[in-house]
Amino acid sequence: MSRKQREEERVRGIFGRRALLLGAGQMGLLGFLAHRLHTLQVDEGERYATLAEENRLSARLLAPPRGRVLDREGRVVAGNQLNWRALLVAEQTSDVSATLETLTKIIPLTDAERARIEREVRRRRRFVPVVVREFLSWEEMARIELNAPDLPGISVDVGTTRIYAEGEHLAHIVGYVAPPAERDMDGDPLLELPGIRVGRAGIERHHDLALRGRAGAVQLEVNAVGRVIRELDRREGVQGQDVQLSVDAELQKSIRGKIEEGTSVVLMDARNGELLAMATQPSFDPNVFNSGVSAAQWREWTANRATPLINKATNGLYAPGSTFKMVVALAGLEARAVAPGERISCPGYMDLGDTRFHCWHRPGHGGMDMRTGLKLSCDVYFYELAKRVGMDRIAAMARRFGLGVPLEIELPGTRPGLVPTREWRQAQGKPWALGDTVVHGIGQGFYQLTPLSLATMTARLATGRAVQPHLTRAIGGRPVRGVRAEDWPSLGIPDRDLRLVREAMWAVVNEQGGTARAARLPPEIGTMAGKTGTTQVRRVSREQRERGFRVDQMPREWRPHALFVAFAPVENPVFAVSVVVEHGTSGSGAAAPLARDVLVEAFQRLRPGQGGPAARVAEAPRSPIPPVRP
Amino acid sequence: MKFERRLLLRERGTGVFEKLWQIPWVFVLLLCAVAGVGYVALYSAGGGAPDPYAGRHAIRFGFGLVMMLSIALVDIRLIARFAWVGYALGVGLLVLVALHGQVGKGAQRWIDIGPVQLQPSELMKIMLVVALASWFHKASWERIGNPLFLIPPIIAVLVPAALIFKQPNLGTSLITLMIGGAVFFAAGVRLWKFALVVGAVAIAAPIVYESLHDYQRARITTFLDPESDPLGAGYNIIQSKIALGSGGFWGKGFLQGTQGHLNFLPEKQTDFIFTMLAEEFGLVGGLSVLGLLASVIAFGFLVALRSRHQFGRLLAVGLATNYFLYVFVNIAMVTGSIPVGGVPLPLISHGGSAMITVMIGFGLLMSAHVHRDAEMGTERGDS
Repeated sequence: MSRKQREEERVRGIFGRRALLLGAGQMGLLGFLAHRLHTLQVDEGERYATLAEENRLSARLLAPPRGRVLDREGRVVAGNQLNWRALLVAEQTSDVSATLETLTKIIPLTDAERARIEREVRRRRRFVPVVVREFLSWEEMARIELNAPDLPGISVDVGTTRIYAEGEHLAHIVGYVAPPAERDMDGDPLLELPGIRVGRAGIERHHDLALRGRAGAVQLEVNAVGRVIRELDRREGVQGQDVQLSVDAELQKSIRGKIEEGTSVVLMDARNGELLAMATQPSFDPNVFNSGVSAAQWREWTANRATPLINKATNGLYAPGSTFKMVVALAGLEARAVAPGERISCPGYMDLGDTRFHCWHRPGHGGMDMRTGLKLSCDVYFYELAKRVGMDRIAAMARRFGLGVPLEIELPGTRPGLVPTREWRQAQGKPWALGDTVVHGIGQGFYQLTPLSLATMTARLATGRAVQPHLTRAIGGRPVRGVRAEDWPSLGIPDRDLRLVREAMWAVVNEQGGTARAARLPPEIGTMAGKTGTTQVRRVSREQRERGFRVDQMPREWRPHALFVAFAPVENPVFAVSVVVEHGTSGSGAAAPLARDVLVEAFQRLRPGQGGPAARVAEAPRSPIPPVRP
Repeated sequence: MKFERRLLLRERGTGVFEKLWQIPWVFVLLLCAVAGVGYVALYSAGGGAPDPYAGRHAIRFGFGLVMMLSIALVDIRLIARFAWVGYALGVGLLVLVALHGQVGKGAQRWIDIGPVQLQPSELMKIMLVVALASWFHKASWERIGNPLFLIPPIIAVLVPAALIFKQPNLGTSLITLMIGGAVFFAAGVRLWKFALVVGAVAIAAPIVYESLHDYQRARITTFLDPESDPLGAGYNIIQSKIALGSGGFWGKGFLQGTQGHLNFLPEKQTDFIFTMLAEEFGLVGGLSVLGLLASVIAFGFLVALRSRHQFGRLLAVGLATNYFLYVFVNIAMVTGSIPVGGVPLPLISHGGSAMITVMIGFGLLMSAHVHRDAEMGTERGDS
C-alpha cells in the first residue's frame, strides 16, 4: 500500500468514526424531538385539548324581551318597540364611501354622521358592524331593504327599546328604564349585555327582576379573530314576565286632565287596597330616557318649581288639617277621654295659658257632640279632645291608620311621612308643650303626610281593615296575593266607634251644614262620606286677622292647601279617595268638588256592583254600617 | 485484492443507463413519500382542496424531481471542478440581494426572477458544502492539522454567514455556521480547535446579543417565557403547542384540525405545517413523519460511508446535515423547544425556494452515490 493509500485509509477511518458520531448525534436530537412530541401530545395532551377548545368556543348571552307593564284592562302601558337600525359591515363592501353615497339618497346622512361612520369603520375590525342610524321609521327601513342590492355592506338590524304609550300620564307609577350602573350589578350576566336596561324608578324598578327575565345562552365556534363560524348549542332563556297594574289608564288620564299643577288625587279600592288611579300634575315623559336625557332637559325638569319628577301623591308632604280629626276622634273614644254624646262647647276660641287658639268659625259653634263636631269641623272641640287624649295616644292611633309609617306600595322611594310624638320632639332637644298637642288635634303642626297615606287612612276607616295600598294585580298572568278583602287584618277598633265616625263623615257631605255638602254625589250614582281639610301654609298674625285679612287675596304661595278625603258608596264602600290641592285655599271649595267628579267618573267607568270591572275583584263582605238616615 | 476490485469497478460502464441503474430509487421513493406527506398536509392547510397550496406543491416537486435526477447523472468530477465557481455564484447572489433584493416581511432575503422567488441563502448553503468538500478532498491528515490550511475554508464559511446575518437572518446564518462546522468535523479537523471555537462563542455571545435586532431579542425572551407576550411574539409558540398538544395520540383526523382551520395557527402552510400534521394525525402521525425524515437523513450518511472519495463523503455529510438542520430547527421551533427560527420544512412546507434548493442538494447527493467509485484526483495534484 502506498503512502497515499495509507493516508487515504487514515482519513477515511477518522471520517468513518466522526461521521458515525455526527449521524448518531443527529438521530439523538431527532429522538429528543420525538420525546417532545410525546410530552406535548400524550403527557400534556388533555391540557392542550382544553386550551384548544377555549380558543374556539365562545359563549354569548341572549337577552330575552323585557316583560310589559299592563293596566287593569290589559292595555299596554310600558312595552317594547322594535328599533330598526341600519348597520354597515365594511368587509362586505369594496367601497365604503360609495355605499354611504348611495345610502344618503335614501336616508339623508349629515356630514357629521358620515364622518363618524367612517371613523368607526377605520377603528374597528372590518367585520364588526358599525351603527349607521338607529330608530329608523318603518318606511325608512323598508326603503333600505328594497334597495339592498345597491347598498353592499348595509344591513338592517332590529333591536328593542322601551316605549311608554301613555307618556307622562303614568310616568310616576310605571317609572322608566336606563342602562345599568355599578350599583345595579347583582351578578346577573344579563346585565353585561349591551343595550340591556334596568328599571330605574317606579314599577319598572320594583318588579325589575320579574320584568327582566333570564338570559339564554348560545355557544358559538369562533376563529382567531373572533368571527363567528357556526352555532354549536343554544339554550333559550326565560322571557320577562308581564306585570299587570291595578290602575285604569283611561281613568288616570281623565283625572289628570281635570287637575292643575300641584294637585294630587289618589283613588283606591277600599276593599283590597288596589290603587285605581294616582294622578298628580305636573309629570314628565319617560320616553325621553330611551335616547338619554339631555342636560338641557334635566335642567328644565329640576328648575321647574312644580317638580315634575316628583310624585306628589307618594312624596308630597302636607299637614292633614281637619282630615285628621277622625283619627283624633277615634283616639278619644278608645281612651274614653270623651263620650260620643258628650257635649263640648265652642265659643269660637280656646284659651290655654296666655295663648288663645281660634276656631275657624269665629262666632263659635256652641255646644256639640262628636258627630256634630266632625260634621262642622269644629276646631275647639278637637283642641279640647286632643288636650284630654295626649299626643302620644293620638300618634299611636294615627299609625294604625297607616299615617307616618311605611306602606307596602311598590314604588321605591315612597315617603312614610311623619306623625310626631313627644319622644320624637324631645329627641330633637326641644320640649313638647300642651299647646303643641292642642294644635295637633286639628291636624296642624309637625305632621307630614302624603296623599297616599291619607287615602289609605280613609280606606281603613271605611272598611275597618288594615288594607295596604298596592299597584300590582298580577305578574306573568298569576294574580298577586292579597287581592281579597278578607286577607287584610282587622284594625281592632270597635265597630260602633267606626260607625259613629263614618256616619259623621256621611253628614259632612250629605247633611245641611256639613262642610262639603255642595260636593255630594248625584243621587243616581250613590252617596259618599268624606271630610274636608284646609291647612295653613303661612301663619296669619293677629294683626293681619284684625285687619280683616282675606285668605283668598293672598299670593298663591301663601294660600292654604285644600284637602278632602272620602269613601263611597257609604253602605258598602268600594272607593276611597284623597285629594290634595296645593294652595287651593279651601278644602270644601277646591278639593271636595274634585273628589266628587273623580268618584262620579269612577262609578261610571268601573260600575261596581253592576258587573263592571271593579266588580271583578273578589266581593268584600257587606259593610256593617246600618242604613243611614236620609 | 482491493486493487483488482478497483480495476473491476473502473471497468464498469459510465453510460447513462448504467448510471440510471445506480440511482438509489429507494431514496427517490422516500423523497416522494415526504413530498406526499407535504401534499396531504397542504391539502388540509388549503382548507380541504388542492388550491392554493397542494397542487402547486405537486407540480414543483415534479419539476424538482426532474432536476434532481438530471443532476444525479452529472459526473461528480465535473461538479468538483466547478465547486468554487458555484461558491462564487452563491456569494454573488447574496451580494445582489443585499443591494437589490425584494423586501419581504421586514427582511431583505429574496430576489425576484420573473415568476420565481429565489432565496440565495438557501442556495449558498449547498454551494458552501460543495466548496468545502472540494477543499478537504485529498487533503492529508497532516495538512488538515495545519491551521494555515484551515484559514481559507474558515473565511469561506464566515463570508456567507456574515452576509446572511446582515440580511438580517440570524437563524440561517447560524445554520450556515453549523453546516460548516459539521463538514470541518467530518473532514478531520482536530478536536481541540472545536473546543476553542466553543470558548470563543461563549465570550462573543454577549457581544452578538447587543447587535441583535429587537425582534430577534424578543424571540429569545418569548422563548424563555412565551406567556409574557401571549398576543404578540409569544402567540405563535403558544398556539403551536396548543394545536400540536391537542392532537393527542391519534390526532383529530384529516381535515379536522380545529386550530389550523380556525386560523388560530399562524403560517400553517409554511413554518407550522408540522403542527398541522401533528394536530390532525396525532403522535402516531407525527412520529411517522419524523421517522420518514430521519430515514432521508440516514440515507445521506449511508451514501457518505459508501463513497470511495473524500469529496463524496464530505459532500454527503454536509448535505445530510443541511437537511437535518431544516428538520430539527423547524420541528424544535414548532414544539417550543428553541426560539422561533422561521425555517420551513422542505418538501412539506409550501414554498418553492426551499424545495428547489433542497432537491438540488439531493441531486448532488445522488450524484455522489452514483459516482461513488469514481477516481478523483485533486486540482493541486498529489500531495
